[in-house]
Amino acid sequence: MAKAKKILVFGYGNPGRQDDGLGIFLSERIDNWIKKENLNSVKVDYNYQLNIEDAHEIADKDIVIFIDASKEEIDDYALTKVKPSDKLEFTSHFVSPSYLLNLCNVIYSKTPVVYLLHVKGYKWKFLEEMTEDAKNNMNKAYDFLKDFILNS
Amino acid sequence: MGQKLTIDPVTRVEGHGKVTIHLDNDGNIEQTRLHIVEFRGFERFIQGRPYWEAPVLVQRLCGICPVSHHLAAAKALDVIVGAGTGEGLTPTGEKMRRLMHYGQIFQSHTFHFFHLASPDLLFGADGDPLKRNIIGVTLENKELAVQGVLMRKYGQEVIKATAGKKIHGTGAIPGGINKHLTSEDKEYLLNGLEPMNINKMIDWTQAALEFFHDYHSQNKELIDNFSVFPSSSLSLVRKDGALDLYHGVLRAVDADGKIILHDIDYQEYHKYIDEEVRTWSYMKFPYLKELGKKTGWYTVGPLARMNTAEFIDTPIAQKEFERFKAYTKGKPNNMSMHMHWARLIEILHSAEMIKQLLNDPDILEGELVIKGQKLLEGVGLIEAPRGTLFHHYKINENDQIAMTNLIVSTTNNNQPMNEAVNFVANKVMKGKLKITEGMLNAVEVAIRAYDPCLSCATHALGQMPLEISLYDVNNKLIDLKRSR
Repeated sequence: MAKAKKILVFGYGNPGRQDDGLGIFLSERIDNWIKKENLNSVKVDYNYQLNIEDAHEIADKDIVIFIDASKEEIDDYALTKVKPSDKLEFTSHFVSPSYLLNLCNVIYSKTPVVYLLHVKGYKWKFLEEMTEDAKNNMNKAYDFLKDFILNS
Repeated sequence: MGQKLTIDPVTRVEGHGKVTIHLDNDGNIEQTRLHIVEFRGFERFIQGRPYWEAPVLVQRLCGICPVSHHLAAAKALDVIVGAGTGEGLTPTGEKMRRLMHYGQIFQSHTFHFFHLASPDLLFGADGDPLKRNIIGVTLENKELAVQGVLMRKYGQEVIKATAGKKIHGTGAIPGGINKHLTSEDKEYLLNGLEPMNINKMIDWTQAALEFFHDYHSQNKELIDNFSVFPSSSLSLVRKDGALDLYHGVLRAVDADGKIILHDIDYQEYHKYIDEEVRTWSYMKFPYLKELGKKTGWYTVGPLARMNTAEFIDTPIAQKEFERFKAYTKGKPNNMSMHMHWARLIEILHSAEMIKQLLNDPDILEGELVIKGQKLLEGVGLIEAPRGTLFHHYKINENDQIAMTNLIVSTTNNNQPMNEAVNFVANKVMKGKLKITEGMLNAVEVAIRAYDPCLSCATHALGQMPLEISLYDVNNKLIDLKRSR
């Protein structure tokens, strides 16, 4: 029997900024589901944003799925494969999945397969409640992600 | 009518800023402005909430330094619950909070130095943009890059052990702290397997300082002259004048080192500090009332703290502090690139403090919380990684928050960042009508030294990159450049 792939689901965003919390809330739901299903090879983490030490966390994984809220022109959610990038920002407040992947490759010589799950959001004020449309998108993304993990 | 250059990182919901540079007809710099969009709506978000929720809620303000907001809010609420102004907590309460705070300073400064500053140092402001990033650092000096990542991780472990969850950390509560450090966490952080232990962190910080000194000796022009302008400095200091990142009295010195704010109790900060609104900026400009709007502005952050403090109360950092002070013959240091040096000294001090606190029995046992006569108003200040952070709350008889006023470090540094951009623009853009990668980099390096917090913690995808626009005398766009 093939060994189960090591998967990390990592959501990021701010649960105090309405739909920006999509990554966090979806990760929490997936975490509950994983515990219920006893999927021991899947780990879930979340944070306000990505940081350089996360390169260390993804280095020993086979598959990494980052989740973030999106303002892009998508219907509800979209999964894209992440390519490495070395783009430098001018403040420490931005680290992208592609930057982390590149850092992981260069420092640890590891190349996990990294995806980014974009979930469409609409409003971003200092409020804790997500919009109904964002919640609907999260529900769809949740069903998709469960299938994706089971089939990975 | 002159020409206008715009460096425009117009991204995200809010946050980020843009730089506009106005040229006259002869191509000389007429005026520079750094526009930063300050966060809005937080006061309304928190108004009406029970005051004890504030230390958790304010973490939503910043994804990079939630701990600083967490602790500043807790300090303000200490006053409200009658636990004093930073000195009235139980030994366990204060030491656990300090441990959390030094972990935060350690990880945040590490991120800045290794992730943002070292590429500038290794490759210079005019270096190849394809190399000027941490990847370039890694290829050039892999050991340095790996150490940066693991030092960040260590700092995060300290925070995790003291504050709990990354998103909903609850360590500090009004009047104290909600738990002791476990003996397992103490052992892990103090004597963990190589390299994850405090002695290795101190060694690596010293190695980073040596890296900086080597670089400095070979690149004096960049480090000493890249961006230099006279500025006053403001920070908390301990009552005896020592550097204290967690608590103290508020002191400011002018560019000559003369004390211009005399160790005041920060509960009365509003008597001494005011904020100016300027029509062209969303972010306010704080200033010392006594000196007025024009000359009362000041710098906060690592460099300012080196200028206000008289000594550092940990031996290795003190030795480096003496070297730092000797470089300017004891006078305030206003060389912006020396911010990186100051930051490294603070990383070292934080690591020494973490070691000291981990060896203190009070973190494992003792009373966690103290309370006294309740008040309806409290102010909490802390030296966050980027500088002095002010939290001010008033509550009503129903224990609900009725008023909030925050002055974040980046707001305090609003004028200095404008000065830095102006200095650099005059140096590299004078007489130029086309924006080069080097110009963009130079302005970014100047801003990056302050590592501004750009109304963070929203990170939705689908944003625009940094952009520079160049306008001619008729305000017509003649050049546009975006960062990669």
